[in-house]
Amino acid sequence: MAILKSLSRAKIFWPIVALAVLMCFNLFFTPNFFRVEIKEGHLYGNVIDIIKNASPIMLLAVGLTLVIATKGIDISVGSIVAISAGVVAMLIGGDLQGVPKYPIPYAMGAAVLVSVLAGMWNGMLVSRIGMQPIIATLILSVAGRGIAMVTTNAMIVWLYAKPFALLGQGYFLGLPFSIYIVAALVLLTALVTRRTALGLFIEAVGINPTAARFAGINAKNILFGVYAFSGLCAGISGLVVCSTVMSADGNNAGLGYELSAILAVVLGGTSLNGGKFYLLGSLVGALIVQTLTTTIYAFGVPPEIAKVVIAMVVLVVSLLQSFKFRAMVAGFFGKREFSV
Amino acid sequence: MKPKISLNSRNLPTLVTLGLFVLMFGVGSISFSGFLAPQNFLNLFIDNSYLLILGVGMTFVIISGGIDLSVGSMLAFSTMLSSSLLEKSHWNPMLVIPVVLLSGVALGLLMGYIIQIFELPPFIITLAGLYLARGLCYVISIDTIGITNQFWQDAAHAQVVLIGGAFISPSVVIALVVVMAGMFVSRSTKFGRTVYAIGGNEQSAILMGLPVARTKILIYVFSGFCSALAGIVFTFYTLSGYALNGANMEMDAIATVVIGGTLLTGGVGSVLGTVFGVMVYGTIQVLIVFQGTLNSWWTRIAIGFLVFLFCLMQRLFESRKGARGRKRVPPASAAAAS
Amino acid sequence: MSGMTPIVEMKKINKFFPGVKALSGVDFRLFEGEVHALMGQNGAGKSTLVKVMTGVYKQDAGEMLLEGRPMRPDTPLAAQKLGINTVYQEVNLCLNLSVAENIFIGKEPKKLGRIDWKLMNQRAAEVLKRLNISVDVTRILSSYSVAVQQMVAIARVLDTSAKVLILDEPTSSLDETEVAQLFKVIRKLRDEGMAILFITHFLDQTYQISDRITILKNGEFIGEYETGKLPKLELIAKMLGKELSEFAYTTNPDERKKAAAEAASDSGTVLSAKALGLQGSIAPFDLSLMEGDVLGLAGLLGSGRTEMARLLFGIDYADQGEIFVKGKRVAISSPKSAMMAGLGFCSEDRKNEGIFAELSIRENIILALQAKKGVFRYLAAKKQLEIADEMIRALGIKTPNSRNEARQLSGGNQQKVLLARWLTTEPIILILDEPTRGIDVGAKLEIMELILNLSRKGLGVIFISSEFEEVLRCSTRIAVLRDKVKIAELAGENMTESGIMRTIAGGK
Repeated sequence: MAILKSLSRAKIFWPIVALAVLMCFNLFFTPNFFRVEIKEGHLYGNVIDIIKNASPIMLLAVGLTLVIATKGIDISVGSIVAISAGVVAMLIGGDLQGVPKYPIPYAMGAAVLVSVLAGMWNGMLVSRIGMQPIIATLILSVAGRGIAMVTTNAMIVWLYAKPFALLGQGYFLGLPFSIYIVAALVLLTALVTRRTALGLFIEAVGINPTAARFAGINAKNILFGVYAFSGLCAGISGLVVCSTVMSADGNNAGLGYELSAILAVVLGGTSLNGGKFYLLGSLVGALIVQTLTTTIYAFGVPPEIAKVVIAMVVLVVSLLQSFKFRAMVAGFFGKREFSV
Repeated sequence: MKPKISLNSRNLPTLVTLGLFVLMFGVGSISFSGFLAPQNFLNLFIDNSYLLILGVGMTFVIISGGIDLSVGSMLAFSTMLSSSLLEKSHWNPMLVIPVVLLSGVALGLLMGYIIQIFELPPFIITLAGLYLARGLCYVISIDTIGITNQFWQDAAHAQVVLIGGAFISPSVVIALVVVMAGMFVSRSTKFGRTVYAIGGNEQSAILMGLPVARTKILIYVFSGFCSALAGIVFTFYTLSGYALNGANMEMDAIATVVIGGTLLTGGVGSVLGTVFGVMVYGTIQVLIVFQGTLNSWWTRIAIGFLVFLFCLMQRLFESRKGARGRKRVPPASAAAAS
Repeated sequence: MSGMTPIVEMKKINKFFPGVKALSGVDFRLFEGEVHALMGQNGAGKSTLVKVMTGVYKQDAGEMLLEGRPMRPDTPLAAQKLGINTVYQEVNLCLNLSVAENIFIGKEPKKLGRIDWKLMNQRAAEVLKRLNISVDVTRILSSYSVAVQQMVAIARVLDTSAKVLILDEPTSSLDETEVAQLFKVIRKLRDEGMAILFITHFLDQTYQISDRITILKNGEFIGEYETGKLPKLELIAKMLGKELSEFAYTTNPDERKKAAAEAASDSGTVLSAKALGLQGSIAPFDLSLMEGDVLGLAGLLGSGRTEMARLLFGIDYADQGEIFVKGKRVAISSPKSAMMAGLGFCSEDRKNEGIFAELSIRENIILALQAKKGVFRYLAAKKQLEIADEMIRALGIKTPNSRNEARQLSGGNQQKVLLARWLTTEPIILILDEPTRGIDVGAKLEIMELILNLSRKGLGVIFISSEFEEVLRCSTRIAVLRDKVKIAELAGENMTESGIMRTIAGGK
């Protein structure tokens, strides 16, 4: 009992329970949900697909976790995904023989660099000019899609350079390659935030910016850094998105991703009010969002209707975080004297 | 009595927007022949009538210090609902229009109620609304539904001819009615002024005895109504319902409101400013079309840049005011400073 | 006065908050045509009393009468309807609306269903004229000074059937001419028969404007006096809960303090400020602090003690003067630069400016040290634990585990965590703003003991407290502040409660 109690207090516990419940549901109601086959030495199956399809959102969620921990928000990540995809596609080029215009690593590097610059732009607006995060990132979210379309001359660029497909479609040791990218990014982020004082400072700034300043923390640099990092994550996510479909569509790449990623972070236990952040929780959150979507597909429901379900999840999660709502529920169950 | 227009800080942003519009239209007129035609000017309204309607609703939301991300999807839902009721259920248009408007009101009421009663951030709740409305579109149909209904056809093709042969569409008339109503409500009714008061200082508004809770819910109801109406107007324009209509349109609506001089932090702004904002938006589009070599996506970049400039301007404005609020300047110079 | 029925009479009012008795048996009477000052130190119960009167809180016991009839307002709005109006220090108006609108919003004059702006502006100008103010009522409120904003707030109230006007610290951000202007308005309203309750911490203003004074201390009623018959010194004594006769006995500096003073005198200066000041915050002051010195800052609430501390620690940026640490001039532009120069600062506002409620005690303790070391030289978990445990032991922080969240601690223990945070940075100078506020007596004594121990080890301490006893007990020297000016420095034999009070009451 005591173990269960301390376990349930761990923040990661509830997201995992939610994921497990979803999985159990599938176990009984979705035939072959858990079947994993081996074809040509690779693993195939629903579960593998979920992880693979969730990768772009997971990558975004890593960056957003830190942004949200500072009590901020970044709604430009979807647009940055499109920019990154556009830049890498244009630099590799649509040569039908698959000969890249520029070496693939350079193209990828350039795309990520542009994304980091975009993130730094956001960071500058928030930390130096002092704009509210939602407003600052709104600007790039409006303009970013335009930048992406201008980069690709408003066309869908198809790629044929085989090596680039590894990122989003390839397999390594039987598992989708994108999983390794996610793992590497999370590991690196965890290392940088938890093996240095960065994580502590980010949380301190999110919990109490005034006290953080009084304790000698340079909150401006922290803020600048998290937005730049969010740009980096969006850039990498853009590479994976582009590689998965071997094309860059400035109009639709990453469309609405910011919302799924924010939901993933919140489901993972990081509060929109800032403070303690949970990188692994965010990953689990992304998996929940993806599993939910896949489950709905498995029932033959048109994929788009999945959005209604996601809307409901957002609603329930926000209600659960609402103090007023909790007080009302408490009141309903007879603890009226505590209700506000 | 209209408040007299004076050059004070309150309507400075609106004047800046108007100036910007005149400048851009002037540049266009000098650079491209045929740009200065009256019809070209009126086309700004014809092509953006739905955005004008969305903008009016969004102006109220933003002045109150909130945000409504659901408007694009709500518009799409409205196009789907009207086309499906007309074409699949063969309802009478006179019944379809009120039902569609009512659906917008209902969704707005739901969001406003949750935001107000549970004290949740509008950003999150209208985000859920965005998903919900978009999903409901697909519940109706995944495919495009063309509209062949005679009333709709008439509305789409009718022209209201003005002096000199130039014309506007019935949609523009509807949009202008909404704009006038918006201007009247924002300036001359207690509801309108309460919206400003809430955006200025919600706590004060409560202490001054204003009906804050009711007003905040009504703001989202109004925005929902505008989205539904914009959807109907949109179907007059496209003669079809499609679930992907209005993707990202919430951003366009917010952008035009901001360019129109409304503060994203709330409390300051005007419906008239939003009209100018939409005109600037439309002019950028037309300029790019006339220019010919740039692709239409430069519009978004230009819009983003303008939003940036306006936010920056607002920010500088705020910090100047903040510095004054924090520390006193002798009263005489404080009055003279602005 | 006694023959008249008071407009508002409060009898034996009790108000409890969890664990605190905010008001116990307080009586209060407010008459027509008077300016009544409500005086008391922090925690005296002034604001609680006003909040009960205006319907923000409900009293737990006692009775309120309005013109002789019982009243029980449930909300501030209900109180307003009864004619009781409050103008707060932070003006509760909408800065984005016009002056006229701020006066009339919610009750705008209408014509044919629409707001009649012309009539509204005209009426607003009339109301303001009654207060001898002529401003352009169509301009937005934020374009006017705080003083004008206050007048507008008053004007809004006047338009209703106001009987009682409560002014809560109205002068704290006004300059002298603005105060004079406000007082003119207050007198005019008084002469028209309005009952005005005036809350301030400025003694001089109390004597300038008020007819009668009610004093509270620790939630208890001390007395009701006619202003003219209550000497300033006696007022201060009563606010502090002392009989005047007590001041006759000087509290002799004890042996230790003498020794410390001697030790301090022949050791080096660790901190000095020359003509340091910030316009509108605190007048330029000189200050010097020796090694092992405890400099007490004494003054009433709002006298500029905190402002002084904020300037020294770089929270506010001084617009004039210089700071020297160990004789070397340092540029202190932020808390971080102050910290690097060897300063530490515990804010009086623990909750908003000190503690990170959701972080663990350990993290709260090591945060400043970590900020000093920089992001990359991260203290290993084991080292963090060592430091935290040592501090928890040394300062006697009562917690089962340093991993617990800081919010679970009591006020006194949170204060110790803050102290620990700065001690781990091994500062040369430590500034403590009200470290003993809101904590129980035992913890107070412990904190003071800690301060003395630290100074014995050579730390220079600046100690701020509203309790003169505490300042006297800890300090080797005392700087006295009044109305944002440092007016004197006391040492040796002058260091007595009566000495401080006489200095403060000394007037101009």
